Amino acid sequence: MNPELQGRAFPPTEPYLVGREKVREFSRAVFATSPLNLDVEAARAAGYEDVVAPPTFAVVVQEKTLAQLLAEPDGGIDFTRVVHGSQQFTYTRPIIAGDELTATLSVTGVKTLGGHAMVTAESSIVDASGDHVVTAISTLVVRGDE
Amino acid sequence: MIELAVGDVVAENSYHLTRDSLVRYAGASGDFNAIHYRDDIAGEVGLDGVLAHGMLTMGLAVQPVVDWLGARGTVRDYQVKFTRPVVVDPVHGADLAVVAKVGAVDADGARIDLTVSFGDLTVLGKAQVRVALASA
Repeated sequence: MNPELQGRAFPPTEPYLVGREKVREFSRAVFATSPLNLDVEAARAAGYEDVVAPPTFAVVVQEKTLAQLLAEPDGGIDFTRVVHGSQQFTYTRPIIAGDELTATLSVTGVKTLGGHAMVTAESSIVDASGDHVVTAISTLVVRGDE
Repeated sequence: MIELAVGDVVAENSYHLTRDSLVRYAGASGDFNAIHYRDDIAGEVGLDGVLAHGMLTMGLAVQPVVDWLGARGTVRDYQVKFTRPVVVDPVHGADLAVVAKVGAVDADGARIDLTVSFGDLTVLGKAQVRVALASA
């Protein structure tokens, strides 16, 4: 992996419009049963505009930034050797159906451990007003030659 | 305000994953890495079998907390380390058990620590959910 990735900033992704049915589909896929995730009336009764996305839904938007990272021509990251090491989401507010979200990636850490390399990718996700919604942080481990 | 003490189990649940669950998650999330549905490719890269997406395990592990919270609060932070793979057998699937316990209590909420087990082994490390609770 190219150590010069450290500190690199990337252009914002195209806006992602969070669809109500996408939230329901994702909710079912992660075994969510809360009415807030599935039922518009229940979500509105709790003060939300529409159904609330599960806490890990942000990965769908974040994924577009990880694709930027893996496609970086001088990055030297072999996708077939990448293992997900850790993941974190830090929310200012939940994601709600109808949100239009944009993610901006920065590479906050690159290090080598034995034969392996680790990269920390931080994606800041904001709404259409530019207000922060969630930051998604992934640590990816790139396995070295065995 | 909900009364909480460190060590309280606030929620627990178990989940039966099948290959169907993995295909469903692949479609919902957009993660179509073939190691999550093709035995031949999983074998070629040296895995013991088709694996559940780490993000599927992370996604379901927080659900008992989400259900316990309901509309009384929100998840402010959620982090995990992926420490062991979950191999999903084509016939028998894989069973995961989640226990959510209070790890710390602070002014506006709590840290809930998750133990996620596959058989006798845990598959997530430092799995922590920070929740903000609405004041009464």
